[in-house]
Amino acid sequence: MTVLSSAVNPKDPTYAANAEAMQKVVADLQAKVHAIKQGGGPKYQERHLARGKLLARQRIEKLIDSGSPFLEIGQFAAWECYDDYVPAAGVVAGIGQVEDVQCMIVANDATVKGGTYYPLTVKKHLRAQEIAERCHLPCIYLVDSGGANLPRQDEVFPDRDHFGRIFFNQARMSALGIPQIAVVMGLCTAGGAYVPAMADESIIVKEQGTIFLAGPPLVKAATGEEVSAEELGGANVHTRVSGVADHFAQNDEHALALARRSVARLNFKPAQPVPQHAVEEPLYDAAEIYGIVGTDLRKPYDVREVIARIVDGSNFDEFKQNYGNTLVTGFARIHGYPVGIVANNGILFSESAQKGAHFIELCAQRKIPLVFLQNITGFMVGKKYEAEGIAKHGAKMVTAVSCAEVPKFTVLIGGSYGAGNYGMCGRAYDPTLMFMWPNARISVMGGEQAAGVMAQVTKDNLARQNKTLSEAAEKELKEPIIEQYEAQGHPYYASARLWDDGIIDPAQTRTVLGLSLAAANNAPIADTKFGVFRM
Amino acid sequence: MLQKLLIANRGEIACRIIRTAKRLGIRTVAVYSDADRHAQHVQLADESVYLGPAPSAESYLVVDKVIQAARDTGADAIHPGYGFLSENEDFAEACSKHDIIFVGPPVSAIAAMGSKSAAKAIMSEADVPLVPGYHGSEQSIEKLQAEAQKIGFPVLLKAAYGGGGKGMRIVNQDSEFADALKSAKREAQASFGNDKMLVEKYLGNPRHVEIQVFCDQHGNAVYLAERDCSVQRRHQKVIEEAPAPAISQRTREAMGEAAIRAAQAIDYVGAGTVEFLLDSDSKFYFMEMNTRLQVEHPVTEMVTGQDLVEWQLLVASGETLPLAQDQIQVTGHAFEARIYAEDPEHEFLPSTGTLHVLRTPATDSHIRIDSGVIEGDEVSAYYDPMIAKLIVWGENRTIALRRLVQALHEYRVGGVKTNIDFLRRIANHQQFQRAELTTRFIEKYESDLFVDTQPLVAEYAVIAALAEVSGTVTASANPWAQRNAFRLNQAPCFELALQYQDEAVNVAIEQTPQGWIQADQPDIVWQAHYQGDRLIVSRNQRQFSVYVFNAGNEITVFTEQASLRFIRHRVADTLSDDQATGSMTAPMNGTIVEVMVATGDTVAADQAVVIMEAMKMEYTIRASHAGTVENVFYAAGDLVSDGAELLSITPEES
Repeated sequence: MTVLSSAVNPKDPTYAANAEAMQKVVADLQAKVHAIKQGGGPKYQERHLARGKLLARQRIEKLIDSGSPFLEIGQFAAWECYDDYVPAAGVVAGIGQVEDVQCMIVANDATVKGGTYYPLTVKKHLRAQEIAERCHLPCIYLVDSGGANLPRQDEVFPDRDHFGRIFFNQARMSALGIPQIAVVMGLCTAGGAYVPAMADESIIVKEQGTIFLAGPPLVKAATGEEVSAEELGGANVHTRVSGVADHFAQNDEHALALARRSVARLNFKPAQPVPQHAVEEPLYDAAEIYGIVGTDLRKPYDVREVIARIVDGSNFDEFKQNYGNTLVTGFARIHGYPVGIVANNGILFSESAQKGAHFIELCAQRKIPLVFLQNITGFMVGKKYEAEGIAKHGAKMVTAVSCAEVPKFTVLIGGSYGAGNYGMCGRAYDPTLMFMWPNARISVMGGEQAAGVMAQVTKDNLARQNKTLSEAAEKELKEPIIEQYEAQGHPYYASARLWDDGIIDPAQTRTVLGLSLAAANNAPIADTKFGVFRM
Repeated sequence: MLQKLLIANRGEIACRIIRTAKRLGIRTVAVYSDADRHAQHVQLADESVYLGPAPSAESYLVVDKVIQAARDTGADAIHPGYGFLSENEDFAEACSKHDIIFVGPPVSAIAAMGSKSAAKAIMSEADVPLVPGYHGSEQSIEKLQAEAQKIGFPVLLKAAYGGGGKGMRIVNQDSEFADALKSAKREAQASFGNDKMLVEKYLGNPRHVEIQVFCDQHGNAVYLAERDCSVQRRHQKVIEEAPAPAISQRTREAMGEAAIRAAQAIDYVGAGTVEFLLDSDSKFYFMEMNTRLQVEHPVTEMVTGQDLVEWQLLVASGETLPLAQDQIQVTGHAFEARIYAEDPEHEFLPSTGTLHVLRTPATDSHIRIDSGVIEGDEVSAYYDPMIAKLIVWGENRTIALRRLVQALHEYRVGGVKTNIDFLRRIANHQQFQRAELTTRFIEKYESDLFVDTQPLVAEYAVIAALAEVSGTVTASANPWAQRNAFRLNQAPCFELALQYQDEAVNVAIEQTPQGWIQADQPDIVWQAHYQGDRLIVSRNQRQFSVYVFNAGNEITVFTEQASLRFIRHRVADTLSDDQATGSMTAPMNGTIVEVMVATGDTVAADQAVVIMEAMKMEYTIRASHAGTVENVFYAAGDLVSDGAELLSITPEES
């Protein structure tokens, strides 16, 4: 094993400036997360609590093993996406451990617009299920939702990846032996009624949970029958008469205890053994990442400094260290789990792309999960590089990434631009989980470059008319483009649209990756069959 | 010498006897009940014989079964230990009938001392001083009350055939006499099958000092110093020591000689203990003679360097006493603390359960532990809930006492409640340190000994939470197994719902760059990490180490000061609460003595409704609320389990 050495000098003014800048964006991230965690705000929370119900996050706390981690996904979902305030898209989701079993927990937050499903709520719910299916995590749905958001029915109901897909996923996961447990703790109306109905096992809370295809108002409208919600679909009806739910709970706490009991009885075992490897902490402080990386994406640094603060014992065995060195590849462990790391250390050239493809092949062959540390402006451009076939070399890496069947984890630690995003396992390449640092940016190209391209195209057009572009006009043309790219490439914008699974504090990267690897360990790793590599 | 010894007992005393027998090359036979199938004494012995069901009345107390066991295994002797059949003359008789050596005194001696009144007559004859009292056979209330008046209040009522504090009452004034007599008689009848009572002068501040005597079959008799067993609760010894502190050599010898006279008056053979009350004026009075090995015999062994069980076996083999009176030397000082599974805060109610943790101080020439259980064993409701006897020796009383305090501190038991903190408070008590002893010690310093743990609860709950988030003791590769309360983009924040005694205790801590805090007490910064099995806690930079037992439903925090046992809040328990309204349940396994109400009766809140007996003590179950008795589920004589609903009361319409 090679122990990485660190050249970081905390006394260096650049380091201090970097640290301060990163600290600022992390503080902003934490403040926003703090606000998101308040759900619909004190007024709605108090109203919710007054009904004897627990808040969505309290429910999760009581559901998971005491003091155990909770890896939330989609914290920023729907952030500033709608005119309505819909923190976390009105549904809290994440991986938590229940009775020593890692589970995907999806909890509606009824304090946020009654827990109704906005388009991004649906997308988040489906993403949670996708992760669960990928990692073989039992699903626990804590249901407390008014169902689809009716004014936006066209965006939540009809399409493939809309509301109906939730139940499709439940059925398919159940078929795969991934347990589906529903706890009905509030409304569960119309389509929502299928969550408990499609579950393997369901629990309903007395005088709180209701399940029906049509609520009392609709029943009255349709047939004139007058009936209370409790009579129509309360816990008594469903556990004693209809059999739609299996367990009767006295209150939220009791329901969660029953859910824990159900999980304890699943006889659920991870597909792969937990590695029996001693876990060594990295030799260097994770917080130093702030000072190393900073927030100015144009300033280069050695990505090994980051790797040294993520992997066990800062041990990292590099592969092809002396070849294509703008891409760093190598083997390490994170929390005892073996990983292959692919990290950018500059722009991608033909050699680095081939090296990346080679290394990904190795990991797929050996069934070693891949971690991508993405900080890439793109592939090298220019006559020389096109001529040496950089497109086909890049394509090799993209083929390798697309086909590798091992769990893939992508962290956007800096820029994520253009085809570099593809080769480095961007969202389209189905990473098992994907996270973004708050200093990162994502777009088809940099704002400056995009603006430059647009200006050049305009200049060329004008030139054909023998006109020129004044400096002021050029500035006027470029600025809004730069602004648009900055806004749309920002982590909050990206994460709000679920282009990733969350923004993370760089200092938590090691823990997040460790938890992700351990969660993915529940699923078997299939053999990889690669497509045709263009030679 | 004996060839094979059957030990008609269980627990620590059986183990202790087996050890000596083994050392002497005597083969050993253990006996056991259903509850003791895997007990230590069974594992230690060369052979073992099953006696019967767990209740001792169906196993350890059945004379025929024990005799048969001895015959079947060819044992030539039976050691009865203490309790059970040790002072049962029928048993001693049965032994001799079957030519089995009974390791104890002759039947006549047991008989003579078995009845307190007869014993006193003999002692009076032998010039052994007696407490003024009435020991006559006329037992009418009027007669007994008249005698009490003659002696002068306060008086002590004692069961003539009793022991161990059962059937015993102090009566302070004439008006209380009739009630006290009735209840003492009932207890005596239940415990000993005989309700004959003695009335005696009740001494104000006496000490309990007892003499260890030993006699052989050749007429030799010695005494092996004395023990002070003044510290008692409900007439049960708590801490014993030898020699008795602050006694003149003259008194010591006078007591020793009186004890020898007492033993010789009944032609005693073997180990016996003559108990005296020592008044503040150095006058002493004969209380009773125990014709067996005492629980507290190890303190005598520690200061004399003798093995009393070995002496018993030698004497039983017909040999002469190993030492003459002038060869018996007392060196240093010894204490014994009885470690019990019980709850001192709740009237010493026995606490049954599994000994999930049993960590003891290291034993050496100064520290001895006599125990019959190991970690993982059960403390059952069927027998005495003693876990162990901790015995320490020191060059003098001060040194020995320091060692006792330290050893008690190192004694950690999880899974059941114990009296360890209580013992430590006694050992640390100034008056105990100064040897200002009296049988009323515990009563007198009640406020010091039963400390209110409530003020400690909040901080100990924080420590429990810190233990929970300070990771598992064993490093695991699975990061999900860590208890670090990791939350994405937020400092860890952790809530723990606990129960202390009957109260809910909720604690929430959150991590700051400085350490863990509680939101409402940001000035107190906590840190914690495990070092081996100890949790190193720092509270505003002051560091100390604690031990936290954290398994299953229980989190017990052991500190220098105290140990607090928290139960994780269980939802199911809370839910049963509202359903249980209107019912009264048994506090532990036991037998119903009396049901005082019938279906349809109107009862007031707090009215006594059922009397049950468990662990040889009576418990009164009172109505939890006023109402009408709806159902009575048990009758006198029925066995009930812990938590069984005894009767239900429909609440009064309000």
